[in-house]
This record gives sequence, structure tokens and C-alpha cells, in this order.
Amino acid sequence: MEPLIQLRNVTKLFGSRVDAAKRLLQEQQSKEVIRKTTGSTVALNQVNLEIFPGELFVIMGLSGSGKSTLLRCLNRLIEPTDGSVVIDGQDILEFSKTELNLFRQRKTAMVFQKFGLFPHRTVIDNAAFGLEVQNVDKERRLHIAREKLSLVGLEGWENHYPGQLSGGMQQRVGLARALACDPDILLMDEAFSALDPLIRDEMQTELLQIQQLLHKTIVFITHDVKEALRIGDRIALMKDGEIVQVGTPEEILTHPADDYVARFIKGVDVTRVLVAQDVMKRPSPLLREKDGPTVALRVLREAGLSSGFVVDDTRRLRGLVTADELVQAAESSGRTLAVCSYEEVLCVSESTPLEELVSMIVTTRFPLAVLNDQLQLQGLVLKSSILEAMAHQRGAAYAT
Amino acid sequence: MLPKLPLDQWVNHVVEWVYNHYGTLLGSIAQVVKTAIDSVNQAALVVPWWLVIVVFACLAYLAGKWKLMAGTVLGLLLIYDLSLWQEMITTLVLAVISAFISILIGIPLGICTAKSIRLHRVLAPLLDLMQTMPPFVYLVPVLLFFNIGVVPAIFATLVFALAPAIRLTRIGILQVPEEMVEAARAFGSTDLQLLWKVQLPLALPTIKAGINQTLLLALSMVVIAAMIGAGGLGANVMSALETVDVGKGFEAGLSIVILAIILDRISQKIGSA
Repeated sequence: MEPLIQLRNVTKLFGSRVDAAKRLLQEQQSKEVIRKTTGSTVALNQVNLEIFPGELFVIMGLSGSGKSTLLRCLNRLIEPTDGSVVIDGQDILEFSKTELNLFRQRKTAMVFQKFGLFPHRTVIDNAAFGLEVQNVDKERRLHIAREKLSLVGLEGWENHYPGQLSGGMQQRVGLARALACDPDILLMDEAFSALDPLIRDEMQTELLQIQQLLHKTIVFITHDVKEALRIGDRIALMKDGEIVQVGTPEEILTHPADDYVARFIKGVDVTRVLVAQDVMKRPSPLLREKDGPTVALRVLREAGLSSGFVVDDTRRLRGLVTADELVQAAESSGRTLAVCSYEEVLCVSESTPLEELVSMIVTTRFPLAVLNDQLQLQGLVLKSSILEAMAHQRGAAYAT
Repeated sequence: MLPKLPLDQWVNHVVEWVYNHYGTLLGSIAQVVKTAIDSVNQAALVVPWWLVIVVFACLAYLAGKWKLMAGTVLGLLLIYDLSLWQEMITTLVLAVISAFISILIGIPLGICTAKSIRLHRVLAPLLDLMQTMPPFVYLVPVLLFFNIGVVPAIFATLVFALAPAIRLTRIGILQVPEEMVEAARAFGSTDLQLLWKVQLPLALPTIKAGINQTLLLALSMVVIAAMIGAGGLGANVMSALETVDVGKGFEAGLSIVILAIILDRISQKIGSA
């Protein structure tokens, strides 16, 4: 697949003697030397990055790492000093002022940390701002704005002013304003950082839902590791204007590129990052419903278990049967397991977070069954597997 | 000892040169402007006094409900009762026209100085000079160019009242939060869209404060304006000074104060209530 966004050696220097600083940078001088000799600061140092269509790409880093500067280079709110930014096959740094405005109107939309809503406009006029700038006629733009507002759950708030809304609701307006332009690329600058933790969780979930619906390419900036790991398809970790590591959340958790990344992710609450799929064990042995009780008893005895999960021909879960029940069925000479009465088991999906698994597993004496969308049994979650995952702070809990 | 800089002679030469080359032109411009303002003044005097009070009462009601309306009516009635009505109208026309021209020049200039730091650097000391130079210093050459009457009065008022309109417009635009400017730009706004849709609406309260200041400064120039033949309440103050009639002076002064308060309250609150 062709990348939608391609950054080549993107460099940004702030200061007055930028040319001199650029030369020093090319001579591989350190940032400290450059700052002392020219007074320029290096915000971005030859960043290379590829972002693919439909990706939710997170750029993570501490404040001052250059992540916001990098994001603003993608729509030239900040002009890179050097390098190229190719989006959809065009180098946006070569755009004229008019072309740039068109590009900003059609291709990208931005969501801001402090929302950036216009206090003198109603909610719906805020949401319609991007379309207004494009000179879309009033009826049409209000129609689209209303549609996007209801997508983010703000029906009925159209005629309020941003100041009358809570932070979470204001950011929903910000999101609706961005979506109203139907951009290919959403640029989100610490979009949820100013919100309360609970609201932040809610907004993250909602963003993921909207993303499933619309399949935008999202570049999301955050300083919050948990947020990055939770929503990112891929994550780039930045430090001092450079990208330290790019990878999926699992790759970053399990194979941190260096000590800095390792320190960054240390202390991450794995119960919020890992899901059932990451901690489940292969369900073996499995009992088939059409087997006889004596066969099943022998299978259990060989595995040293006192109960087993029963599936049908298509691997759908029927329930859990105990050895006692099997003995009774064998004595009454039942032909298949269908005569047994099954125990109820708790079922979870593959994407249930570990956090929820923990609270479920303490309420049952049996393992949790992990089912896919077709209700087929994919794996089991045992108390021991959860403990194992939590003990490994790196999350290397792929026991199979 | 330092040799004395012949600054006085330079200025005299410049004034002389302008007078010799453009004196007639400036004189005829002044004549046209004077005719225009006189006719506005005449028209305003034709309007019956009670109708003026009704109009002001309505404006006052819009700006500040019953309380302001009652004060306005009482104040204007007092001026009428003191038989200073004609003088008040002349002063009002002069102040409003001066303020209007100041705003017409000041707001666009304020926008320009907000956008261009270079223009601001040139204009800022000039504005300081306009506000602090004693008016009598530039009244003499202005009289030379425009003759005596209402035109030099307006010119002097402009010099004095222009600065707040420019300054407060600039401040209002610069005070618009960076994030909002960024948001407008991120959605592809042109410079003009940014100005009309975001910067001006958000700067409006500050710009209105500038308009209010301009109006009051224009009014505070009436006495000086009267000295160069603009007439109005200022002329009454002047003649009271000459005849040492403290009572008459107080009456005219009080009328100026009443007019100032009414204009201030109405221009401050109208549109934001």
C-alpha cells in the first residue's frame, strides 16, 4: 500500500540564524552546540515517517519533544525549514497560498487541545465553519453540520454557545467541525488531554467507533502512553525532535527500541492495554458434543482436569461439563454429551480489556471463555494467565 | 557649547512652503467641508427639540433600559430649559462628525497595524505625538491652512481623538487567542475570511471601547474648537470666561458634561445589551 503521508528529512529550526544552524545540523553537530553558537533551537531533526491510509497513527512524546510542531508541518501551520512533506502524492511545501488554502479545506481538518471553538458562534455555526470557509451554501452546510453533531451525540445543542457546554461536549463540537469537511486526514493535537479522565475514556471509545465507521487517516498527538496504546494502530515515539521508535502498541510494549522507550512505557497499567486475546490460552483439551461420555472422561483424566469445555461441530461453545456429570451420563449409558447438563460459563470477546477480565474472573470458579464474532471458542482465560500478564510489566504474556 | 539646532526655522519653512503651494487648494477644501457641515448643522436644528429628546430616549432605552432613559430625558430637558439647545446641537454635530471620521480612518489603520509590525513601529510614536502635543501648537498652522471656523476644529479634534480608535482596534485584534486564529487557518480561511469571521467579531468589545473613547475625546475638544470659531457650547464657556460670569460658565460646562455622559453611556452599552 502507498503511504498517504510521507515525511522526508523534515527539519524545523526556530530562531533568527536559521541558515547557520542548518549548516551545523548537516555537520552532525549536537543540538546543544547549535543552540549555543547560533541561538536557534532544533524542534524537528530530519524526521522520516510514513503514514498509511485508514491508519490511526499516534505521535507520542513529552512536551517539547516536537510532536505538535510535527503535526503542524502536515498542514503548514508551521513551515518546515527543510525536507519534504508529500501528502497524496503532492509535496505540500510547494503549494502556493491559494493551493495551500484549498488543500487545508479539502484534505485535512484539525482538532485542538483547547478546542479552538469560536465563542461568538453557536454550536452549529462552529461545526459548519469549515464549510462556510469553502463557500458552501447555508442550507447545505447547516444540514451537514447537524448530521455530524448528531454523530458525536450533540443533537439538540445546535443553538447553544460553546461557553455553555462542558469540556467534553466542546471537544465533540471540535470533532464535528473537523468531520463536517469530510477530510481524508484528521489532525488531532492532544485532543483529549484537557478532559477529565472519565470523559477522556469516553471520547477515546467514541473516536474508535467513529473511525470504524468512517475510516479516516488520523494523526493523533498525545503525551499519554495509555491513550497512545489504547487507540493507536501504530505509534511513533518522539524525543528531542527525533523519532525514537515506530511500531504497533504490542511491538512498543514488548520490544522497546531503547532505554528511553522502556522508561516511557514503564508503569503502564497493562490491565488497560492488554485484551483477552493477548492473555488467553489455547483451549485444550476440547470436548466435542458428539463424543460419548466415556471418551470425554478419558480425555479429561489424561489432561488431569476435572471439567472441560464442550463445543459443537462448528467449534461453537455449548458449555462446560464436570467430570461428575460425565460419570453420571456414562452410568445412564448416554450416547453423546448432549444428554449432560452443562455448567454456565462467562463468555468474553477477544477485545475485552484485561481490566474487565479481572473483575469477571473473581466471580466464577471456571475459566472465562473467549469467543469470536461467530461465537466460536477461541481460547480460555484462567486466573493464572491474568496474574502472569500482570506480573510481566512488559506485557510479554503471549502464552500459547 | 552645542550649536542650537534651527528646528524652529525648519518647521517655519515647511509651513510656509505648504501654505504657498497648497494654501488655495486647502482653503477651498475647507470651504466645501464647511458648507457640508453647516448644512448638517442647519438640518439638525430644523428637527424639533422634543423629537431629538425622543430619539435619544429610545437609544438610551435600547442601551440601558428605564434608568438610563430617565436620566437622558432629564438631562436634555435641563439643557433646553437653560436655552442652550442650539449650542448643544452644534457641539453634538461637531463631536459626532469628528468621531465618525476618526473611526472611519482609525479602524482600518488599526487593522493594518495589527497585521504589520513595521507599520506599527512607524505609527506608534506618531500617535504618541498626536496625543501629547499641546493642541495650540498645531492650531496655528491649521488656522493658516483652513481659515477660522469649523474645519480646523474638526482637524484638531481628529488629531486628538484618532489615537484610541487605532490603538484599541490593534489591541483587540492581537488579543484574539492564537488557537482561534490557528483553527481558522487550519480550515483553510483566507486572510480576509480570518479577519471578518474570527478576528473582528472577537475584537468587537475592544473596538467598541475605542469608539467610545474617541467620541469622548472629541467632545472634550469643544472648548478649544470654540476658540477657533467652531461655535457651540464651547463658545458659551469662552464668553463666560471673558466676562467673568461664573454662573453662565457653569451652565455651559454642565451641559457639556450632560452630553458627554449621555453619549458615553449609550455608546458603551448599545449593541451589547
